[in-house]
Amino acid sequence: MSSSPSLNTWSDALSGLSIGWFPLGLVIIAAIPLVFIALYALTYGVYGERKISAFMQDRLGPMEVGFWGLLQTLADILKLLQKEDIVPKMADKFLFVIGPGILFVGSFLAFAVLPFGPAFIGADLNVGLFYAVGIVALEVVGILAAGWGSNNKWALYGAVRSVAQIVSYEIPASIALLCAAMLAGTLSMQQITMMQAGPGGFMHWFLFTNPIAWLPFLIYFISSLAETNRAPFDIPEAESELVAGYFTEYSGMKFAVIFLAEYGSMFMVSAIISIAFLGGWTSPLPNIGGLELNAMTSGPVWGAFWIIMKGFFFIFVQMWLRWTLPRLRVDQLMYLCWKVLTPFSLIAFVLTAVWVINH
Amino acid sequence: MSEYFSNIKTSATTIATGMAITLKHFFNAVKRKGDAGIDDADYFRQVDGLCTLQYPREAVPTPPHGRYRLYCHIDDCIGCRQCERACPVECITIDTIKATNDDLAACGKTSGGQQKRMWVPVFDIDIAKCMTCGICVSVCPTECLYHTPVADFSEFDVKNMLYHFGNLSKIEAEAKRKKLAEQQVQAAKEKAAAGDAPAAKPAPKPKPAAPPQE
Repeated sequence: MSSSPSLNTWSDALSGLSIGWFPLGLVIIAAIPLVFIALYALTYGVYGERKISAFMQDRLGPMEVGFWGLLQTLADILKLLQKEDIVPKMADKFLFVIGPGILFVGSFLAFAVLPFGPAFIGADLNVGLFYAVGIVALEVVGILAAGWGSNNKWALYGAVRSVAQIVSYEIPASIALLCAAMLAGTLSMQQITMMQAGPGGFMHWFLFTNPIAWLPFLIYFISSLAETNRAPFDIPEAESELVAGYFTEYSGMKFAVIFLAEYGSMFMVSAIISIAFLGGWTSPLPNIGGLELNAMTSGPVWGAFWIIMKGFFFIFVQMWLRWTLPRLRVDQLMYLCWKVLTPFSLIAFVLTAVWVINH
Repeated sequence: MSEYFSNIKTSATTIATGMAITLKHFFNAVKRKGDAGIDDADYFRQVDGLCTLQYPREAVPTPPHGRYRLYCHIDDCIGCRQCERACPVECITIDTIKATNDDLAACGKTSGGQQKRMWVPVFDIDIAKCMTCGICVSVCPTECLYHTPVADFSEFDVKNMLYHFGNLSKIEAEAKRKKLAEQQVQAAKEKAAAGDAPAAKPAPKPKPAAPPQE
């Protein structure tokens, strides 16, 4: 496998940077994904989703604030900032306040192991994939804290549903990712990506190099929808039954933080699925004869471009599904998880193991 | 077991169908839906494209016979106050002054040729209260009260929703009122001066005023 000589150089250089005792570089490394989440949630996450949903329903979406409504999200953020910070009287104040924080930290911590291109990764852990799957479980705590702390029946129901859903769907999701880890032979995010790099572009991706990977790919994609509470698995916030689910009582900036966490985890699962099966930051373009398209579109900056584009593509699919499918019932959700996805992920696991042994 | 797999197959195909439909709509969003009306032959064929109208800038025209905002054509109003009594929400306020005999010509006739005998200095419609029920329209003897096709008449200040249709300014109304009062005083004086025997003499005076009210 081709290996870029500049692997992790940017993040390594940054982590060494410090002013006196103050590790400035580490702060910058943490700030880069944070700024990225904020910007992407503001533009693509909220504005894009509103526009995409509008176009899918033959509407126009926001049109009034700025050209084609481009400043609409900014106006919304300003509105949220001005709002009073309300904590309900009967709420458990401690849980109510830390709930959104834990939620956001849970989705943000996973960004530590997402490689934004060959030269930049927050922490190139040798257990990166495992860490990403594990740390997301922190979100469950945040959701339960928010739902329980609100002291509201809608919020509690939403939280209970959400926790049941996320805990259940982590099983097929983890087994599906295990298939990718088996194909790569490593858990390091950078190494998994490197295994899928090559002059053939997309032909080296796990999804196309073997006949089984589409099954764990689909299973992980479906489970990731459930883990991020996206439609059709949005029963935790089912607005027609539960008002807004676990964040019914939240308003102002706490509400914004919950939304940020949600969009953060949307990108996180999209990035994980692109790393595990679609080559992460590698370019999809193959070298055709003398035309070195792959070589031309590789490198640290191109890598960041490709992984963000792949992430955005999956977020688009998530939005597309949201505006297509009706919400599942709780029993249907559990049926899908335990009776369909889990057995199939085990089958995929065995088939992948057989494939890996024979190649 | 076969049901299990057929369920999976059905869900996969239905999801694919649904996603194809939404994607088709997504890519059709570059087009606008045609503006063929319900009477046009291809009305039901225009299914592709955006259907949003950005309201203040573009709107479906209200039909010419639409009944929305209430309007009073005050030139035809004879001040009979039937609409005021008929209105279920009491949104019409009318004040009338009887026209003196020498003013009858100035008071004019309705477009139907009926002699008007009342000045209507105040004809206020509180359009914020009006519920466009149309009862006032049906009782109006001269058909001077009707709904217009104007549908958008929102205001920032609710006070602006009070529409004034009266045909006299305040000063004019005051003058007319004074004139009438003077004439009545005059009539009363004449009546008193006439004493008791020729009391029948001025009596017919107001009488002719009554019959035209029919």
